[in-house]
Amino acid sequence: MAIIEFNDVTVDFPIYNASGRSLKKRLMSVATGGQLGEDQQGRVIVRALEGLTFKLSDGDRVGLLGHNGAGKSTLLRLLSGVYAPTAGTTRIEGDVGSLLDISLGIDHEATGRENIFIRGGLLGMTRAEVTRQIESIIEFSELGDFVDMPVRTYSTGMHLRLAFAVSTVVRPEILLMDEWLSVGDENFKHKAEARMAEVVQSTHILVIASHSRELIMHTCNRVLWLEHGRIRMDGAPSDVVSAYFGG
Amino acid sequence: MQKSPTFVAIRDIAAAARRYSLVGMLGWQDVRQRYRRSALGPFWLTISMGVMIGTIGVVFGQIFQTAMKEYLPFLAAGMILWNFMSVVVMEGCTGFIAAEGIIKQLPIPLFVHILRMMWRNVLILLHNIVIFPLVLLAVGRPLGWEALIAIPGFVLLAINLAWGALLLGVLCARYRDLPQIVGSALQVVYYLTPIMWMPGHLSQRAGAYLVDFNPIYHLISIVRSPLLNAMPTATDWWVSLALAVLGWFVAIALYGRYKRRIAYWL
Repeated sequence: MAIIEFNDVTVDFPIYNASGRSLKKRLMSVATGGQLGEDQQGRVIVRALEGLTFKLSDGDRVGLLGHNGAGKSTLLRLLSGVYAPTAGTTRIEGDVGSLLDISLGIDHEATGRENIFIRGGLLGMTRAEVTRQIESIIEFSELGDFVDMPVRTYSTGMHLRLAFAVSTVVRPEILLMDEWLSVGDENFKHKAEARMAEVVQSTHILVIASHSRELIMHTCNRVLWLEHGRIRMDGAPSDVVSAYFGG
Repeated sequence: MQKSPTFVAIRDIAAAARRYSLVGMLGWQDVRQRYRRSALGPFWLTISMGVMIGTIGVVFGQIFQTAMKEYLPFLAAGMILWNFMSVVVMEGCTGFIAAEGIIKQLPIPLFVHILRMMWRNVLILLHNIVIFPLVLLAVGRPLGWEALIAIPGFVLLAINLAWGALLLGVLCARYRDLPQIVGSALQVVYYLTPIMWMPGHLSQRAGAYLVDFNPIYHLISIVRSPLLNAMPTATDWWVSLALAVLGWFVAIALYGRYKRRIAYWL
């Protein structure tokens, strides 16, 4: 059972220029009675999301549409729990897995095997779980003997295959993605595609940000269209997609 | 759904403690990184510290006219401990800043990053500690059973350092020039605290200020005294304990209040 409930959620990013960030300036402006602070009265704020209200439940496959800067990434980060809303409330039940940056935490000096443990640990797996799965991860990644070599010796493709193989082992209840993951050559792509379908199948709620019409139509059963941090449209894929892409 | 700050802080810290295997692994990874393509790895730091202890020991032992048998073990234990303490405090300042990549991508309890940093430095301390028995051997001084008391002493010291690192981690994420201030302050504390000089070197009155009223001295003493065949005094224990309780109160209050803002500050 997974539930996501957003109630009038707003996210403001404070922009600290050099003066706002330094303690000295802060002390100085207090000491000088705020005179220095006149031109910077009230710090600069970027409103990334505003007044988001929606509810997602089991079975929802949600596509996020919107131009660059519309707030898709920020929304994904809110959903993953990295950011807390500046105003409004969020309720997220169920464990969240994110495939936003699958290479995160990979240490180039460490071997592939070590990196499987690191990456697995970051994704919330215990050591025992990784140990149990490691053979199948190595097999899937097709790294062979390279798995005991430092990752810096890998080609880009090998690097991605490793990251992909570990990251798709976890089966979260809520899955967040930024565009569909596709890696490797023709042969591997096939396997990866099957694996992704499996992950998506087993998740209760999927939220995926994408610019691809086909992907949204194919994967999602609901679409949120974000514009300037607000929900412009929320509905069935066919309606929203045709409005967004213009017929 | 506003939860009380204390609850937020304690829940995060408890969640981080449950991720001990992740903490252990990341800490190990950091140390192993120093070993890569280097035969001695972190022992290079140990060697340079050993050389420094030897040099300061010979010069200042003469200046203070203190027997090597007394001075050198005192200096070695103090320097090794102080190195650990100051590095933990300094790296505490950058604890969250350095983990920006992870913090902005994965919802891992933030205290994990502080624990990882501390664990890494405990492992490095274990490298440096080898200097101490060598020093004892060199001056022909035995290690007594009291030395075992250093273990609970060290735990209490680490508990104190943890709140310091957490508090500074939060503050430094917001105010980026704080680490420089902390760096200078540490230097001052180093000279004010009996590490390079012994409490006996001071006159009675100056000693009262720099030793008795110096909480850092008491913190070091709960670990150092047992290593030097002496029991820590009751004052040492009480001061360290009070500092831990008080410090954690402040750290939890601040952490709970600002935890949700940390990701925005990075």
